[in-house]
Amino acid sequence: MSMIRQDAKAPGHLAVLHPMRLHASALPLAERMFNLWTFTALILALAAFLIAPAFAQDATPDDRSIVAILLEWTPTLAGGFAFNVLISILSMAIGTVLGVILGVLQVSPISPIRSIAWLITQFFRNSPWLVLLFYCILLIPFQIEIGDTTIPFPGWIKATIGLSLPVMAYMSEYMRGAILSIPTGQWESAESLGFSRRQIMVNVILPQTVKRVLPSWMNLYAVLTMATPLVSIIGISDVMTLTRAALSAEGRVDLLIPMYLYILCWFFIYCYPISAATRRFERRFAVNT
Amino acid sequence: MELANTLIDWLRPDWFLNLVVFSDNYYRDRYLAGLVTTIQLSVLSIFFSLIVGIIGAAVQGAPSRTLRVLVGAFVAFFRNTPPLVQLYFFFFAIGTVLRITGENGLPQPLVSNFGWAVIALSLFAGALNTEIFRAGIEAVPRSTVEAAEALGYTRLQIYREIVLPLAIRISLPALGTNLVNLVKTTTLAYAIAVPELLYVSAQIWSEDLNVREMMNVLLVSYVGLVAVLVWVLHRWEKALRIPGYGE
Amino acid sequence: MTWTPDQPIVSLKDVHKSFGTVEVLRGVSIDVMKGEVICIIGPSGSGKSTLIRCINALNDIQKGSITVEGLEVNDAKLDKLALRKKVGMVFQQYNLFPHKTALQNVMMAPIKVLRQNRAEVEQRARGLIAKVRLEGKEAAYPGELSGGQQQRVAIARSLAMNPDVMLFDEVTAALDPETVKEVLTTIKDLAAEGMTCILVTHEMGFAREIADCVYFTDRGVIVESGPPATFFDKAQDPRTQQFLSQIL
Repeated sequence: MSMIRQDAKAPGHLAVLHPMRLHASALPLAERMFNLWTFTALILALAAFLIAPAFAQDATPDDRSIVAILLEWTPTLAGGFAFNVLISILSMAIGTVLGVILGVLQVSPISPIRSIAWLITQFFRNSPWLVLLFYCILLIPFQIEIGDTTIPFPGWIKATIGLSLPVMAYMSEYMRGAILSIPTGQWESAESLGFSRRQIMVNVILPQTVKRVLPSWMNLYAVLTMATPLVSIIGISDVMTLTRAALSAEGRVDLLIPMYLYILCWFFIYCYPISAATRRFERRFAVNT
Repeated sequence: MELANTLIDWLRPDWFLNLVVFSDNYYRDRYLAGLVTTIQLSVLSIFFSLIVGIIGAAVQGAPSRTLRVLVGAFVAFFRNTPPLVQLYFFFFAIGTVLRITGENGLPQPLVSNFGWAVIALSLFAGALNTEIFRAGIEAVPRSTVEAAEALGYTRLQIYREIVLPLAIRISLPALGTNLVNLVKTTTLAYAIAVPELLYVSAQIWSEDLNVREMMNVLLVSYVGLVAVLVWVLHRWEKALRIPGYGE
Repeated sequence: MTWTPDQPIVSLKDVHKSFGTVEVLRGVSIDVMKGEVICIIGPSGSGKSTLIRCINALNDIQKGSITVEGLEVNDAKLDKLALRKKVGMVFQQYNLFPHKTALQNVMMAPIKVLRQNRAEVEQRARGLIAKVRLEGKEAAYPGELSGGQQQRVAIARSLAMNPDVMLFDEVTAALDPETVKEVLTTIKDLAAEGMTCILVTHEMGFAREIADCVYFTDRGVIVESGPPATFFDKAQDPRTQQFLSQIL
């Protein structure tokens, strides 16, 4: 497709010397299709398609509006959502603690410890979260007895443990990277002052890793929260279980899309601020060495 | 405890041969069929998610602000909502509505559950890919693009010939991580009864009551699949390597 | 082995050190008496930094012996804590802990390693910060201090452990010329008080001013040594002469 203008025949009038001008006719077909109007039309069509069933006349005598039904179910669903959040917070706490320990072990000077820690990290990193959940729900006993005390493991605790395993693996990787990014001069000067390795790790190295790990940690929490609905597959009653129960109780086809969109919005409202904050922290904590 | 027993099992060679998935033809065939389905899901999802990512990243660089906002909304939506709920949304919500009248007069779903799984996974991973490719595109030096503009390339040509090849190489590590996650995410299809590996394994262990065995085989299978993908990505990265670039 | 003041406080005998197959120190012997100030100079790669790090057991040696105040540094069963209490080290890159204030940097080691009383340590730390002429900067974080100020805090931090020997590894190499002087003045005051100092340095003028003995290393061996007067003006070995002519 030539950009040379018709009157550019004399030397010195090559196209590259002129400021670039994109005439509409100069654009190939694909680019013309990608313009504003066609896209807007597509989006409007999609929106109409999604929302239309909400207005469709159904065969049921029930004439409550969709919005009314959603509001009616909101308290129950909110309870379920809170349960998801609870699981995510507990899993994150357990996974973070275990992950920090595992990450520190991954940089241990003792080779066998390093290898085992690495193996554990890789194993749980490469396993699908749902498979780990099944593993825990089926293979963790429903209670263990230590001495005189019996510790019960209800289903949701097993699910929480199951979710904390991949968190542990990811935190281990983040910590390992953060520890290795701290200049060796820090280790040496602390060593010269007589600190033991444990003291150096606790007082000098780990505090400095917090800033470096924070954005990844926050992102991990968002990912974990979005993985909590998986527990509904293994039989734990969470917001997804309640949603599906609500939908089958109402039995209305035109409720399907709005209710799922409703739940999606809840997760969006919870997770989007975390993503935005993560991006802000990433910029602010950009390590300037 | 069960988990300790599990670890000890791995050390016994004769235990491997007694695994039903190896010893029993019927179970082996079913397990392999599940494995094939998982591989199909993975390959199709990877392929379509790459296309979604490339198109999305291209549109995010469009001059029109509205287009950029729309793609931004698409990416934000799929990144900040649970993939399982997205899958349910597609299969149960949209899938139920999207029916055509079949030959026998009864409404049939237009897209099978396998199809919806591919669609949902492709869009989810595609949204993440959009961000990854966008970061890669923005990492291509502005001066290189200006040089191409000065030579008379159209925007589409610049994107296809100059920016995309460089951006892909820059994005490879992050892309690799995302694709590995995609393979692991195919297990979500279990929830809509797609007969992939996890679903088939669950059927086997509910019939044969050998949960521990199946779990271990399952975990090893996935670690193996992921290892294969990582190897493929490594070879691809090596093949694309430009000598002296990015040293 | 107990040490008495008539013996050298730091003694290196025929020290050999290799990194893999590359031999960096090839038989170095130095004796330092208490209260002496010695300077080690030489071209890059001659092994001077490695040498000083070996004294502090940051690197191990393959052959020879290093003794600090009676402690065998090359002994595999060495109590490193005992060594680090006697030897203080200041690095080229200051290496202050960025997440602690200047005062906390100085106080940390005596509290956690020597387990001394916090109030006592704080008083001593403030005194040390005043001694290096940084009064008023106790609450500043390393990021808020200039290079020279950070280096002086690093010196105060090492002094807080009450060492008998101070090692300085090219401590002014990373500083602007204006701030070099303030650090050198601090070291001069230390030497005047009787601290045993071993410096690796490029500052020839400073070496000439405060050193009791100057050592020239090249390719892992001590080529020549002597008091500054004879060393700088009447160098014997041609390698020394060549190096000095390039520097001075």
